[in-house]
Amino acid sequence: MSEHKGKDPSYDLQVLRERVAGTTGREYWRSLEQLADSEEFQRFLKAEFPAPLAVLDTPVSRRGFLRVMGASLALAGLGGCTRQPTEKIVPYVKQPELVVPGEPLYFASAFVLGGYATGVLVESHLGRPTKIEGNLEHPSSRGATDSLAQASLLDLYDPDRSQVVSLAGEIRPWSAFVDAMTAETKELVRTGGKGLRILTETVTSPTLAAQLRELQVRYPKARWYQYEPINEDSARRAAVIAFGENVDTRYALENADVIVTLDADFLGHGPARVRLAREFADRRRVVANDAARADMNRLYAIEPTLSMTGAKADHRLRLAAGDVEAFARHLAVRLGLPGGMDSHEASYRDWLGALVRDLKAHRGRSAVIPGAFQPPAVHVLAHAVNRALGNVGSTVFYSEPVVAEPVVQMESLSRLVAEINAEQVSTLLILGGNPRQSAPADLAFATVLAKVKTTVHLAADFDETSQACTWHVAQAHTLESWSDARSEDGTVTIIQPLVEPLYDGKTAHEVLALLLESGPMSSYDIVRAYWRSRNEQQDFEVFWRKSVHDGVVAGTAARAREVALNDDWQSRIAPLSTYAAGERSVEVDIRPDAHIYDGRFANNAWLQELPKPVTLLTWDNAVCLSPVLAAELGAENGRVVELTAGGKTVRGPAWILPGQAERTVTVTLGYGRWKVGRVGKKVGFNAYPLRTERSPWRAIGEIRVVDETHELATTQSHGSMEGRHLVREGSLERFRKKPDFVRDFEHIPTEGTSMFPEHPYEGYAWGMVIDLAACIGCNACTIACQAENNIAVVGKEQVLNGREMHWIRVDRYFEGSLDDPSVLHQPVPCMHCENAPCEVVCPVNATVHDDEGLNAMVYNRCVGTRYCANNCPYKVRRYNFLLYSDWETEQLKLGRNPDVTVRSRGVMEKCTYCTQRINQARIESKREERSIRDGEIETACQQACPAEAISFGDLNDAASRVSRARNDPRNYSLLGELGTKPRTTYLAALRNPNPEITPEADDHGGRGGHGEHSHDASHGVEHSHDASHGVKTDHG
Amino acid sequence: MAQVFKPSANTYARLSIFGALFAVVGILFAFAGFNRSDYMTQARVARQQPVPFSHRHHVNGLGIDCRYCHTSVERTANAGIPATEICMNCHAQIWKDSPTLDPVRASFASDRSIEWVKVHDLPDYVYFNHSIHVAKGIGCVSCHGRVDHMNLTWQESSLQMEWCVSCHRNPELHVRPRSEVFNMDWAPEDQATLGPKLVAEHGIESRDDCTVCHR
Repeated sequence: MSEHKGKDPSYDLQVLRERVAGTTGREYWRSLEQLADSEEFQRFLKAEFPAPLAVLDTPVSRRGFLRVMGASLALAGLGGCTRQPTEKIVPYVKQPELVVPGEPLYFASAFVLGGYATGVLVESHLGRPTKIEGNLEHPSSRGATDSLAQASLLDLYDPDRSQVVSLAGEIRPWSAFVDAMTAETKELVRTGGKGLRILTETVTSPTLAAQLRELQVRYPKARWYQYEPINEDSARRAAVIAFGENVDTRYALENADVIVTLDADFLGHGPARVRLAREFADRRRVVANDAARADMNRLYAIEPTLSMTGAKADHRLRLAAGDVEAFARHLAVRLGLPGGMDSHEASYRDWLGALVRDLKAHRGRSAVIPGAFQPPAVHVLAHAVNRALGNVGSTVFYSEPVVAEPVVQMESLSRLVAEINAEQVSTLLILGGNPRQSAPADLAFATVLAKVKTTVHLAADFDETSQACTWHVAQAHTLESWSDARSEDGTVTIIQPLVEPLYDGKTAHEVLALLLESGPMSSYDIVRAYWRSRNEQQDFEVFWRKSVHDGVVAGTAARAREVALNDDWQSRIAPLSTYAAGERSVEVDIRPDAHIYDGRFANNAWLQELPKPVTLLTWDNAVCLSPVLAAELGAENGRVVELTAGGKTVRGPAWILPGQAERTVTVTLGYGRWKVGRVGKKVGFNAYPLRTERSPWRAIGEIRVVDETHELATTQSHGSMEGRHLVREGSLERFRKKPDFVRDFEHIPTEGTSMFPEHPYEGYAWGMVIDLAACIGCNACTIACQAENNIAVVGKEQVLNGREMHWIRVDRYFEGSLDDPSVLHQPVPCMHCENAPCEVVCPVNATVHDDEGLNAMVYNRCVGTRYCANNCPYKVRRYNFLLYSDWETEQLKLGRNPDVTVRSRGVMEKCTYCTQRINQARIESKREERSIRDGEIETACQQACPAEAISFGDLNDAASRVSRARNDPRNYSLLGELGTKPRTTYLAALRNPNPEITPEADDHGGRGGHGEHSHDASHGVEHSHDASHGVKTDHG
Repeated sequence: MAQVFKPSANTYARLSIFGALFAVVGILFAFAGFNRSDYMTQARVARQQPVPFSHRHHVNGLGIDCRYCHTSVERTANAGIPATEICMNCHAQIWKDSPTLDPVRASFASDRSIEWVKVHDLPDYVYFNHSIHVAKGIGCVSCHGRVDHMNLTWQESSLQMEWCVSCHRNPELHVRPRSEVFNMDWAPEDQATLGPKLVAEHGIESRDDCTVCHR
């Protein structure tokens, strides 16, 4: 116990644990507060909208109230009869070909993160990009995107983005920079580039790579270094150890029956996440019409902190990150490989045994995936295990590296620092990135930078690094640039601009060109010149037009590489360093933030407000700790804790995260920026100081509670639906035996008992089905909806009041023990109930039903009584308490979807099933005198979903995808017992537990494995689904 | 003490009670009327434009089809306001020295748009689509009036929702053969029989759901 025990948490963890243990039936809980049933939670639930009175607590006399009411009534009446202000029409002078006002155009481009491209299509209205969508033709997108790619649109219009060139903080014209570089070049040519160093992020761009190579030819003494805080160093090192050469490893999960992750969050992180999510989800879908032979893959996750992948796992083993290597070695030994581990004393021995038998039974159809944040040894072991299991060539593929110059970036950066310290560097070009913030603490990059005579920083924001550099050059956004980049499989996308640079930003190509013989050149000419040089034999224009149009350069995928495992791989990996956490020390895992990544999205309000997939926190990062550690420290949510590791101290608010390895705390990077725009300033705490060159992902340190609290804004408990069967889940086995097991959970009132007349739906009847077996909880839908429907951001204070505006939220439910629960995600948009409770209470008919079943919200009628939101059982209605939409900032107006109204204060809003897309398709179909084809309308959420979990269409068409999904035996309605007849329904989640680990082929689906310390209380307790139904399954 | 109120006071009292009622109703009517007035809706008010473009001259006098300038009326939501280039197709040769057309030539030379005053201006929460109305056989004249008789253009109808809905609920009163959509002079011989026939033929659904126009 820590002596710094603060005030009592509002819940006693021991009591909570007993409460879970004492429950009968399957209990889902959303937050610790709910489980504790604390007074606070009760207060929260009772207030329909959390903390509603904060803005109204000024005392108002009766008279004053009547006066205000009278006046507002009169004004409301008058407000309706203002004359329209005069508006102008500004037609083109010469109308460009293809541009028709009112019709969007789509251009293929790429979103680049960590050097790797994801193919996207960008919607453009009269030259203004308004939405980023997936590119069907691109192998790593296949039509889907993720939240980061979509939200990068907002960065384009960010008014805080750097807009100028500056010298020591003073604004200079671009020409001044060109002159300075020209002068510099003369000197450099004379010395052969002595003292010239270039620091880039990961480079996959063939054009940029060619420029850098040309530069090294011109300046033989110049050097090129690469550094990005979130990199692939472990995989690079491991490839050299295992195979003696640099190769990339790719996984093909469509062939994998058994997947084992060694602290790898393949659904949430990495350049292949969108593709892998698709491949994974494809194997989670079961075919309803042949339930008995339904089959799924099985996912085992070994990880220290709950990730999206862990949440989806059939079996999850909580292990400290430092213990994962030991696990990998045990695994290797069990498969007859030299793992350097003899003892089988590990507490997960039986679990491992079952896993190994499962793997052996699926030779060639399994995959072991090591995590990017694990040491190289884990990667080498994974290579060996995959080889031993015959997975290479079936689920695991090796190819030549996709990056232009594979280096271990941490070494690269430290070499640069060493050279600067040795005073060998006079000119340093930093092309992108924010190394001053993100370099490991022990390299002291800030002081190092000061030693270089001329430093140039090309960056989108005037950030911490720009502050320390001589020159800062505003970088053009990807949507403003010509460039190219390769995706994780090597396929090149030529990045085309959608719009002229809003702020005269420059690209890395343009900056580098200044140092090359060619002199100042536009990126367009540079990129074209490169590809022309590569395509001399064929008709270049044909090649160029096709490549730019498709967003894919044909035949550029990385070549497969046959590699042989070095025989002595085992002796080449460092011996297992035992993780010995002392009495008071803890393991600190340092991870990229799910949304802010390495800090580059700190000023992106969409991402700041997007609840993180597992913690559902917004506008903050936190120190995630296990319930056990929290109890030991006496820390509750929001209590500030201090982490000390390697002489560095970091303070941040605690967040108790079920499923966390007991003595491991997890912090995420990217927060605590001090030189950043208005959105990201003073948000969260900076975890970078805990990183060291040798151990960037993991530190051993001390933790103590500080007598300070920090309010954390989570959407976790908002709109809680109190313990009904909202998410339903079954095991594959149960599904096979009883495909309609979801019926066990419910008692739907019989048809015809409604007081309301039945609506006949004769034309189209729109409906949506969300497959919880496929959903991975990645939030891509939420951001897609935000971009499509002009949804406002409200800020942390308003989120604390429960006023976030997302039309589709992703709920997260825990099930099982407090320490090691399993997790389910459930996206919740408007249900478009056929008997909608919201409609009957609106006094002004602002929410009405249309004849295709849409529950329509008419903004211009709404007077803001909020009765509808009060009466909505799903809590999906969102109210503009204040003027949340930015009506002032010119740049932000450009990015809005012109087909959707921008809402003002005092108006209710909610999911419309993308009625603008329905209308567009309807008009098109009517003009062509046909009916709307199935699949012709895709809602924004459906379109973005990498797991294809959402289907939408006409329920009156029996052959439509959505009708088929609705006839799936797993189909159920959320709160169907209320008789609301929702048009949005769900397919129950499925898990595929290993019967050896979850022995009593019980009906509960697979809960995670029992981790080292997780002798969870629920084990051995009698479970029953629904005691009142008498469906009882003995478990003990 | 003499009575304060004479018997006639009763009459005044009654009168004022009824009078007040009538006044309230009257004010409401006046308000409703005012709200529908051309002053409020700006209907039938010709707008000054940077170039005094005359539809009467171009359509009636020269016989130019609507679609020569409003190019996207059959394809998209917007009818399309012609680019300066379209004006210059003719005016590079005709009236090429006319001072009235100075702004057009200046626009073409300087590559800066002519800023026309919007005549038909719907509120921002209304999403009207020209193409579907044209496809369903609603003539230009039904909404825009005899544009071919206007020198400076004005808005013929109130463009209030009541006006939209009146046709959405009774399309048979306004529908015409597709061939006559752009014909300004066409008049039905017998709309009462032709209307319902065309409604069926064109597959007009007569939708008046909020979602049709509001998003």
